[in-house]
Amino acid sequence: MSGYFADVATLARKDLLLELRGRDTLPAMLLFVSAALVIFHFALPSGTGELAGLGLLWVAIVFTALLGLSRVFVAEREQNVLDGLVLAPSDRSAIWFGKALAALAFLALAEVIALPLFALFFSGMDAATVAAVALADIGICAVGVFVAAMSIATRARELLLPVLFLPLAIPVIVGGVGASVTDSPGRYFAFLALYDALFATICWASFEYVVTE
Amino acid sequence: MLLGTAIALIAFYAPLDEDGLNQKIFYFHVPIALTAYACFGWGAWKALLHLWKGRPGADLESYVSIHLGVIFAVMTLVTGSIWGRFRWGQWWLWSSKQLVLFLVLFLFYSAYFMLRFSVEPGPRRANLSAVYAIFGVVLIPISFLAIRLASDYIHPVAFDRHGPQMSGSQFLTFCVSLAAMLSLFAALYHLELAGKRIDAHLRELRELIG
Repeated sequence: MSGYFADVATLARKDLLLELRGRDTLPAMLLFVSAALVIFHFALPSGTGELAGLGLLWVAIVFTALLGLSRVFVAEREQNVLDGLVLAPSDRSAIWFGKALAALAFLALAEVIALPLFALFFSGMDAATVAAVALADIGICAVGVFVAAMSIATRARELLLPVLFLPLAIPVIVGGVGASVTDSPGRYFAFLALYDALFATICWASFEYVVTE
Repeated sequence: MLLGTAIALIAFYAPLDEDGLNQKIFYFHVPIALTAYACFGWGAWKALLHLWKGRPGADLESYVSIHLGVIFAVMTLVTGSIWGRFRWGQWWLWSSKQLVLFLVLFLFYSAYFMLRFSVEPGPRRANLSAVYAIFGVVLIPISFLAIRLASDYIHPVAFDRHGPQMSGSQFLTFCVSLAAMLSLFAALYHLELAGKRIDAHLRELRELIG
């Protein structure tokens, strides 16, 4: 079992190292989310209220994540590394696990900038929203990496990722927005945790079928 | 096939003694919705059989079932919308949770077709479709829960929708209609499956000759 986690860590480190050297994904995500927040400022007429802003924050998070997820398997595809990874003598789900961890790191880093920026531009930020974002990130990355692996196997490639991902992300939006805007966020946290646990388990169990024939 | 149409005829005939026109669509709407769930469930079950046992043909059966499920889901949306029009005076209400759920499912399973037709036929496509179909049955209860939770902050006042209090004769009609819809599904399922299989055989033969 420790060998499994060593594989996962190696795969995640490889992605982080590639990003550190190439720097293509994270700057794009940061710029995207900042520009999106500015757009939201102009999209919300005055008097719309801070609740609308909190709702749009979740839109920004999901689309920023989508931007990062569309890059998750690009390096593997361009260099044809995926077949090598699949043939490597380790559990295939380790590929999903490592990729999801790397995607989670990117998304968290983007949010470290985006959330204070949102607090500055809009109506501040409470602990419940931050906690909900952290919980939602896990689900977004678990499902997103899985769907990204599906989409690179298709002819439409990146085009298919949002189409597959957004219906699956609707419950995350509900849990996140609910936790941000209501006074009793407890059950929304529970719902997000349920989503994370359930979908992470299915992704982990069925990833093998996505990368093999 | 004959059985399906026969029971469907009873379903057309039986509700005549009920009051109100909008009540009648209930006999179509709810059985169709339940049948759509059954389609998706059956499709996921076949998908599981494909991944687990590697049963040949399970992939095609799963696809046909989900295909019909989407058709039933569209019919649910249409009949539900008509029902909403007569009952509440609006074509679309975000507070009717079942309809919103079907909208989510419709989007999700439409993506299933995009996925399926974007991959070359073969084991890869079968695997991807099967995994996605299994995601669907997990998404149904999760989405249902999500929509229920969302209605708390989108509509703080719950919509006063007095549930269907069914009398004996209404319940009977409902059951017959449900049975009719399910057998309609079964009949269409076998029909489409047979068609697809003949198609596949024909293609094989053509390749043999050519």
